[in-house]
Amino acid sequence: MLAMAERFLGALPHCQLLQMRVHHADAKGMTLVLPYSTQIIGNPHTGAIHGGALTTLMDTTCGMATLCALAEFEVCPTLDLRIDYMHSAKAGLDIFGYAQCYRVTRDVIFTRGMAYQDDREQPIAQVVGTFMRLGKGVKGGLNFGNSLKERNQ
Amino acid sequence: MIPPEVHRQLRQAHAEGNYQPLLQLIPYAGLIGIECKRDGDDLLFSLPASKHNIGNPLLPAIHGGVIAGFMELSAALYLMIFSESATVPKIIDFSIDYLRAGHFRDTHARCQLWRQGRRVTNVAITAWQGSEQEPIATARAHFKIEELPVPLK
Repeated sequence: MLAMAERFLGALPHCQLLQMRVHHADAKGMTLVLPYSTQIIGNPHTGAIHGGALTTLMDTTCGMATLCALAEFEVCPTLDLRIDYMHSAKAGLDIFGYAQCYRVTRDVIFTRGMAYQDDREQPIAQVVGTFMRLGKGVKGGLNFGNSLKERNQ
Repeated sequence: MIPPEVHRQLRQAHAEGNYQPLLQLIPYAGLIGIECKRDGDDLLFSLPASKHNIGNPLLPAIHGGVIAGFMELSAALYLMIFSESATVPKIIDFSIDYLRAGHFRDTHARCQLWRQGRRVTNVAITAWQGSEQEPIATARAHFKIEELPVPLK
């Protein structure tokens, strides 16, 4: 699971730009990490990162949490995503994103998660996201899924 | 608090229709490459196609998180110009609906300030690529603001 998640994340150019990494992946959920960087600062007075970088982290984390819930890889584009900001992110600290799927139907996957820095009990953001299951036959999807699997062996 | 000098710069930027000095203050704005121009009394935000912003390399498509970040940043900049808040607008929550894939091409966004209270504002953001009538995403956000002690104008 971890190796597959790492290959998936490695194939996403913008996530590479943000230097995102897989922290933990198992059947229960996905944890990614967004390293602190001055290039993603949103508030130059405080050095806090921009919400957009956090949204990218959480969209990716929730999307990749679908890997945990599905027996075979499927392309799952985001239908919607909501982020509630609990606290400002502290400057200088990495951000962890955790997400899990709490309901999988034939067409849709419901995910939820949170973002935190040094204290998991004090999340900086809570997130819910819904993803559409496109199945295995869509353009690129099957080949991409197989490429993840083959290199996995 | 936003210093009076910055408020002056904001008004000057809007009067001249040159928002580059404002954008240069925000590293994340430079990272994704957001642009802003005056469109009558309104603001038009643009995100030129960039390979660094790709999320799905197969379609290829812009990362959903980048689209969200672009829209959130557009809303914050819009409020900086129009709400005359005493502080930098602080994001409370953000909710996005993805309507179509964001292809590898220029993306545009427009904001609508639905409600400005004394402490909270509600902003809707629409993003499109080819035709404004066919949005790729709609979003809405709440921002916390603070009234200026004395009116600016």
